[in-house]
Amino acid sequence: MAWMSWTLPTALFFIGIGVILVGMTAWQIASPCVERRGFLPLDTTRGDRLFIGLLSSAFIHLVFVALTDANLAVATVLCAIWMIILMRWG
Amino acid sequence: MQTKVENNKAWFLVLPVFIIVAFSAIIPLMTVVNYSVQDIFDQNTSYFVGAEWFKQVMLDSRLHDALIRQFLFSFTILLIEIPLGIGVALMMPTKGKSASLCLILVAIPLLIPWNVVGTIWQIFGREDIGLFGAFMGAIGVDYNYASDPVDAWSTVVLMDVWHWTPLVALLCYSGLRAIPEVYYQAARIDQASRWAVFRYIQLPKLTNVLIIGVLLRFMDSFMIYTEPFVLTGGGPGSSTTFLSQALVQQAIGQFDLGPAAAFSLVYFLIILLVCWVFYTTIMNMQKDK
Repeated sequence: MAWMSWTLPTALFFIGIGVILVGMTAWQIASPCVERRGFLPLDTTRGDRLFIGLLSSAFIHLVFVALTDANLAVATVLCAIWMIILMRWG
Repeated sequence: MQTKVENNKAWFLVLPVFIIVAFSAIIPLMTVVNYSVQDIFDQNTSYFVGAEWFKQVMLDSRLHDALIRQFLFSFTILLIEIPLGIGVALMMPTKGKSASLCLILVAIPLLIPWNVVGTIWQIFGREDIGLFGAFMGAIGVDYNYASDPVDAWSTVVLMDVWHWTPLVALLCYSGLRAIPEVYYQAARIDQASRWAVFRYIQLPKLTNVLIIGVLLRFMDSFMIYTEPFVLTGGGPGSSTTFLSQALVQQAIGQFDLGPAAAFSLVYFLIILLVCWVFYTTIMNMQKDK
């Protein structure tokens, strides 16, 4: 695996993504979700909202990196809050 | 009372596809993510740099220009290819040997490999040995795609239109053939004009096909590399350097693997976003129906 040039932060990132996917699968098996409409202008399932949340979080991080010199952890906290809002009311 | 038994064993049939995708896409993508946060000198020497390459990529004016060029190119070819494709499909014969012959002739550009298309147009556009270049010279137009950015742009656009309009035409042709004859009979009874038939029968029935056509052409043109690379090499200057070519220059030309990896991920996120928007639009349209 050395050719993949692993680093601790990227390993933690992928473990995080893996844990989220396994968690979402378990959640889906335990209580299957139904499409619903929240503040987003389209019907979404839990998985849709997760995808939208992850994609928008990536763009939030990029904009944050481009526009500020502040610690990236601030963007991560903002994205975590955004994800919670999106999953609950999106 | 019968109860429905759920069996998820069929998922195992998807396993081979999952393994292939993992090897061909997911693992390379993970490697790119790893590269994007490091300064790589060789296989054993690399330094963690955090989000530095992303900052560099996001603030790089060359890449902004390449992105603007890329969107401009994609929208230009869509504006030309979609109406032209519909027009060609409407004019194609519907029955007999002429229909088969026409289908074959229209499909020919699609069968030509991308690098050959670039080479064809490279020769075609030259004033000394190319028909198109000689024709432009004969009618008094000062045309030189190797030195003039406008000429280079128009040649790249023309080449893409020549190469890919047949795809849109064939998609539309299949969509048109799927419209039942009764619609046209009703239109004849109502004495509908040719325009009314197109506007209220053919165009609505072509919507789904056109969405697929727009999606395919947008994604394909957004990732265009070979044809402009062979035709203009991204020049003159960098006037026809699109995103994929800028990426290759950085990754292979300069061997800046870290910044190139960060650039790839930004490029990937843009494509993912556009794909998602198209996919959601298509699914919602089908739901509304």
